[in-house]
Amino acid sequence: MTHETIDLAAVRERLKAGSAREFWRSLDELAGTRAFQQLVDREFPQGASEMRDPVTRRTFLKLMGASLALGGLSGCQFALKQPQEKIVPYVRQPELVIPGKPLHFATAMTVGGFGVGLVAESHEGRPTKLEGNPDHPASLGSSDTLAQAAILNLYDPDRSTGVTAGGNASSWADFVAAAAPLFAAQAARQGAGLRILSGTVTSPTLVAQIQAILAAQPQARWVQYDPNHRDQTLAGAQLAFGTPLTALYRYNYADVVVALDADILSEPGVGVRHAREFAEKRRVSKANKQSNRVYVAEPTPSTTGFMADHRLAVRSALVEPLARALALELGVAGVAAGAALDAPHQAWVRAAAADLRAAAGRSIVAVGESQPAIVHAIGHAINAALGNHGKTISFIDPVEPAPGGQLAALQQLIADLKGGAVELLVILESNPVVSAPADLDIAAALPMAGTSIHLGLYPDETAALASWHVNAAHFLEGWSDARAFDGTAGIVQPLIAPLYDGKSAHELLEALQGGSRTGYELVSAYWQAQGGANFQAFWQQVLNRGVIANTSAATRRPAITGDLGAPPAAVGDGLEIVFRPDPGLSADPVYGNNAWLHELPRPFTKLVWDNVAMVSPRTAERLGLASGDVVQLDLGGRTVDAPAFIQPGQADDAVTVHLGYGRTRAGRVGSPDGAAVGFDANQLRSSGAMWFAAGVDITPLGRTHQLVSTQGHFAMEGRDKDLVQHGTVAEFIADEEFLHHGAHHEVLPLFPLHDYSLEAQRAARTSGHAWGMSIDLNVCTGCNACVVACQAENNIPVVGKEQVALGREMHWIRIDQYFSGDLDNPAVYNMVMLCQQCENAPCEIVCPVAATVHDSEGLNNMVYNRCVGTKYCSNNCPYKVRRFNFLQYVDETTPSLKLQRNPDVTVRARGVMEKCTFCVQRINEARIDSQRLGQPIVDGSIVTACQQACPTQAIVFGDLNDPSARVSALKQEPLKYTSLDVLNTRPRVSYLAKLSNPNAELGGEA
Amino acid sequence: MQSSPIDKPAVVETTDAFLGPKQTLASVTAKIGDIVLTPLRKTPFGWPIGFVVAAIGLLVYLYSLVVLFTVGVGIWGINIPVAWGFDIINFVWWIGIGHAGTLISAILLLFRQDWRTSINRAAEAMTIFAVACAGIYPLIHTGRPWLDYWLLPYPGTLGMWPQFRSPLEWDVFAVSTYATVSVLFWFVGLVPDLASLRDRATNIWVKRFYGLLSLGWRGGARDWNRYEMASLILAGLSTPLVLSVHSIISFDFAVSQLPGWHVTVFPPYFVAGAVYCGFAMVINLLVPIRRWYGLHSLITMKHFDLMGQVMLASGLVVAYGYVSEMFYAWYSANIYEYFMIVNRTAGPYAWSYWALIIFNIVIPQLLWFKRFRTNIPILFLISICINIGMWFERWVIVVLSLHRDFLPSSWGSYTPSVWDWTTYISSFGLFFFLFFLFVRLLPMISMFEVRDLVHKMSGKHGAAPTGPSHGGEA
Repeated sequence: MTHETIDLAAVRERLKAGSAREFWRSLDELAGTRAFQQLVDREFPQGASEMRDPVTRRTFLKLMGASLALGGLSGCQFALKQPQEKIVPYVRQPELVIPGKPLHFATAMTVGGFGVGLVAESHEGRPTKLEGNPDHPASLGSSDTLAQAAILNLYDPDRSTGVTAGGNASSWADFVAAAAPLFAAQAARQGAGLRILSGTVTSPTLVAQIQAILAAQPQARWVQYDPNHRDQTLAGAQLAFGTPLTALYRYNYADVVVALDADILSEPGVGVRHAREFAEKRRVSKANKQSNRVYVAEPTPSTTGFMADHRLAVRSALVEPLARALALELGVAGVAAGAALDAPHQAWVRAAAADLRAAAGRSIVAVGESQPAIVHAIGHAINAALGNHGKTISFIDPVEPAPGGQLAALQQLIADLKGGAVELLVILESNPVVSAPADLDIAAALPMAGTSIHLGLYPDETAALASWHVNAAHFLEGWSDARAFDGTAGIVQPLIAPLYDGKSAHELLEALQGGSRTGYELVSAYWQAQGGANFQAFWQQVLNRGVIANTSAATRRPAITGDLGAPPAAVGDGLEIVFRPDPGLSADPVYGNNAWLHELPRPFTKLVWDNVAMVSPRTAERLGLASGDVVQLDLGGRTVDAPAFIQPGQADDAVTVHLGYGRTRAGRVGSPDGAAVGFDANQLRSSGAMWFAAGVDITPLGRTHQLVSTQGHFAMEGRDKDLVQHGTVAEFIADEEFLHHGAHHEVLPLFPLHDYSLEAQRAARTSGHAWGMSIDLNVCTGCNACVVACQAENNIPVVGKEQVALGREMHWIRIDQYFSGDLDNPAVYNMVMLCQQCENAPCEIVCPVAATVHDSEGLNNMVYNRCVGTKYCSNNCPYKVRRFNFLQYVDETTPSLKLQRNPDVTVRARGVMEKCTFCVQRINEARIDSQRLGQPIVDGSIVTACQQACPTQAIVFGDLNDPSARVSALKQEPLKYTSLDVLNTRPRVSYLAKLSNPNAELGGEA
Repeated sequence: MQSSPIDKPAVVETTDAFLGPKQTLASVTAKIGDIVLTPLRKTPFGWPIGFVVAAIGLLVYLYSLVVLFTVGVGIWGINIPVAWGFDIINFVWWIGIGHAGTLISAILLLFRQDWRTSINRAAEAMTIFAVACAGIYPLIHTGRPWLDYWLLPYPGTLGMWPQFRSPLEWDVFAVSTYATVSVLFWFVGLVPDLASLRDRATNIWVKRFYGLLSLGWRGGARDWNRYEMASLILAGLSTPLVLSVHSIISFDFAVSQLPGWHVTVFPPYFVAGAVYCGFAMVINLLVPIRRWYGLHSLITMKHFDLMGQVMLASGLVVAYGYVSEMFYAWYSANIYEYFMIVNRTAGPYAWSYWALIIFNIVIPQLLWFKRFRTNIPILFLISICINIGMWFERWVIVVLSLHRDFLPSSWGSYTPSVWDWTTYISSFGLFFFLFFLFVRLLPMISMFEVRDLVHKMSGKHGAAPTGPSHGGEA
């Protein structure tokens, strides 16, 4: 792309000239820049760069850790080689294992140290899919992108496969022989030179183990530093209540939510729960027309901001004055006034305050971790003044064993390292070289330890600096336990023996102490010690449910005791830089090599395989930036080069960068051949400004970086009726049918349509089912959990940045995003798009070999074996949900990746079309069960992968011929609509319209 | 062996007749037949050069197919939403070119248009080679081309038949029938001339070669009688095929529901377009051949004039198609149809639409004037413009309709890859390889029919034999 700035003033004019609900396009397109024109007009190849030779093709195949034999014709066999392995049946049938029938086990993972309950699906001993555990408070049966993608980490061929000493291969025995004496030597010195560094640990067993070490070696220190730490949140509670407390928010009781820079719906470890409870209040229907009202002030678009009825795009530093103004407006005592607000912000504060006051006891003011302690304290004071404590908010003692102060502890550790005080450093499953702020320069300090031991899943940046690296067991490989955000303990149950003989943290500490107990022995011994008369029965029940009953923390009723009179912080001048975890990779470096997350279209940008420096349209205009321009970000002398991206909805004068990219030793996906994918935003981060800082300088470098997104056009083009139908709650209350007025033309088919009714199916002696789906766009947050869940369930390959750039991504379900209205703070609409399973499917009649056909239950089936790949079906699909294997995308050679595949779903080869099947394998599983037991398939027994993952339960699947099915009821809702009615495709997927609930005082329009 | 048949530059153009002056039965046979029977070393210099260039092109074509089969259709620029690209554009373009030959041979034969005799043989050859080039595309454009035979209705162990509702299935029959009948018609028409060559050849191997191909033709009255019967029957079979093939090709688009494809005017408009570019291609081929082999007296200005008129007429039908598409989009009040036209005329690929209008509609209006129709360089350039314009027509239909359809979220773009271009350009290698072989090995103008014309034009109906005379006696 040539460097050309967008004439945003002209864009605004053009938007203004349109109708009130003018929907618009991606900025480049709207402005009609030459850069954009070139992007679209690249009719003629610009030289040999377009040459897609097999070598470049291989590079993306390598992403999944494999190379495919393409060399000669002998190697290709049109990529249809049959496996050569002999298949041997079990000699002795293991208990419970029925070949072909998956087993499900409760387990848990940790996010930011907090347990998230999972149910793992196991096929003949290999876990293939993770779902939420309905009994676990952090999951309630749903999951997020990390929970869905974690399974790929288990099978990642780039995982660390053995113990290394100084980079050379070694063994566990050698390690124990070398390290145990060092540990013993420390014990003799009361641990003066021993330091243990870990992320946040909530595992009761591990906490007990470490505390036992600390008790025996009182001068040893345990430092927790987690990339998702909650220092400011806990400091805020300390300030307000005099003691660090964890607030538990119950959004299902909150009619009004004010989120101050708080992405409550994506909060690590608890976001899924928040989203579920939030949706309970957000969902509207014939029966319940009340919706909550959400105010959000944030610097950069988030899923929470997307759900807002009134969203303010403000710099992070301006959130504090907003909080102060809100407190003053509500008459909270003792809060000093902040900087003056401009008129729209004042109006926002007044409206929010009025709504909060009216919903006293039924509201929540939430503050995000990125805000300083005083803002948290003010938030607590507001909630207390509104009487929300004990109603929508409860408090518990922090679940973390050493709450808060993680950054300070890390700084002390580095000081100790530099002072030469650390003789033995044990790093437990964390990668501080990547996640600690750059000014600490931990990479320079780590080698100063006498001996450092790194336990980790990957041979990563920290491993490279450690004297010893021990390959860790994935959480599906080793026993452990973890507490959830509310203290509920759960067991981390392994499903597979360690693939590379990895060790858990429990086992490492045990070995250092000279013990030889296994992880299982340690964990079960801990819980046995917790009492309980009948341990075996207790343990069986715990393993069965995954959670340990009655372990949630006791609630407290604190009073505001702190002094909130701290003078307002100065609002820094100049551009503000905002740090956020990457919405795909997350803040935790352990996901840096996860191809599913790399290729996950990020909310709002739909970018893949990159992070960017987001600027608002107005700021871009001022700085003369276009998306893709590489800029140098300079914060106090530290610099990184980053591609700029113009993000509508971004606060002016704020640059958002995402943490998690720019890795050097992530693996072949995250850092192919040692070259970073994306840039390392952490290089700008300092311990004094972990989440935002003022005074960043932007210098365009005059070159561009190719950014690839899965969507290029974000305007609805006046097609709202077929895309996202939307309105307000007030309109809905006034008239249920408000969406369906106006001219409605019945589309009359030329030929009689197939009758799928129960009567007709009885006559035809077919099963009687008619599968259908309803998607509630009103509660869809666009979190992407469904996208990864589908990828994991259906063996969907990753194709790499180059192929996505060509428009060949393979996701079966996608979240389309449309923007409308104001360029600077647009309304955003999500539309979940997947195969609509049309009853009158246009794809079917055009296939010359009948590879896509309808069954009696109304499913549009894709017969991969029959497909010759004419691609005509895709051309004739108005929803463009079909995906084609233009090349051999699936890695058929890497052994570990084969283990992950769902055996119930065909692995598609090159040249075959594919698409959403409504998880037909799950339907068939239920059908087999029903036929075996002679019982009908009950509603809810078939759950599609996307539905199962969805935190807000926006997706409901079921039998339309069952009048009592939930989906049947949802199809009768007045907000129901289907896409592209005019084509008479008769989709089986229907949507519920998106409603906003704006405050009339703020002009009504959200 | 006679002297080289190449005329010297001083050429007298004939504009009012289908034969130059002073043509006799003997001169016609000598002129056409000796092109073939001349030893290779005496062949005009252009032939070996052209043949080698074409052969290299053919090798490149084969190489690109090997790469395609080895790596997959992902080497092309196609994607979702533009899942068809150069493969289908070029398929339709080539098959369009392959229309003029049969039209000239069959329909003009039935209408007793004498002027067809000088050009029909070459036009038919062009048809067959173009259909060959076209027919390869649907075979290679599939994701798994080794399974293409599943499109054939054969009683196999799979117990599966093709899906007869799909227009792609109709294509299988339409194109294969057309190719078969065209080859038969062409070959039947060649038999008397092959016999002439057999009789005139001096080399024993050449004699045997043509002898084998001429199926024992002796030129007797019974032979001629049967020839005329077969020729008429095949002409009768070919005529509906000319209309049906491109109608069915157009169904590939018209049967779908995509705005820009779902258009009822497509069948006649596609047929007219095919005739349009087919004639343009005939001119593009005949002009250089006529010059190199000095065939001015056999292919006269009158031929070019008439071909120009056919192009003008079919071009106007095509123009009507464009106008009607616009009208439908407006009259339907369908936002998707309407947007399709807006996107064509003002979208990111608008330049290609306007290129289509200029090449296909504006420039060919020169054909209204006889002085342009009879000006060889201008006619040649107009014909090239028409071929480019007709290529753009298929580009506009395929790419511009697909890249922006119903849901704006799935809008995309299409950029042909190097392999798209390589496969397209090198397919000319196949075409010209075959064509150069044809002009060297077979009489490119129907000798017996031209002799018949000489006879008719001489006005001495009673003096000459009733049938076209048997070659070799001159």
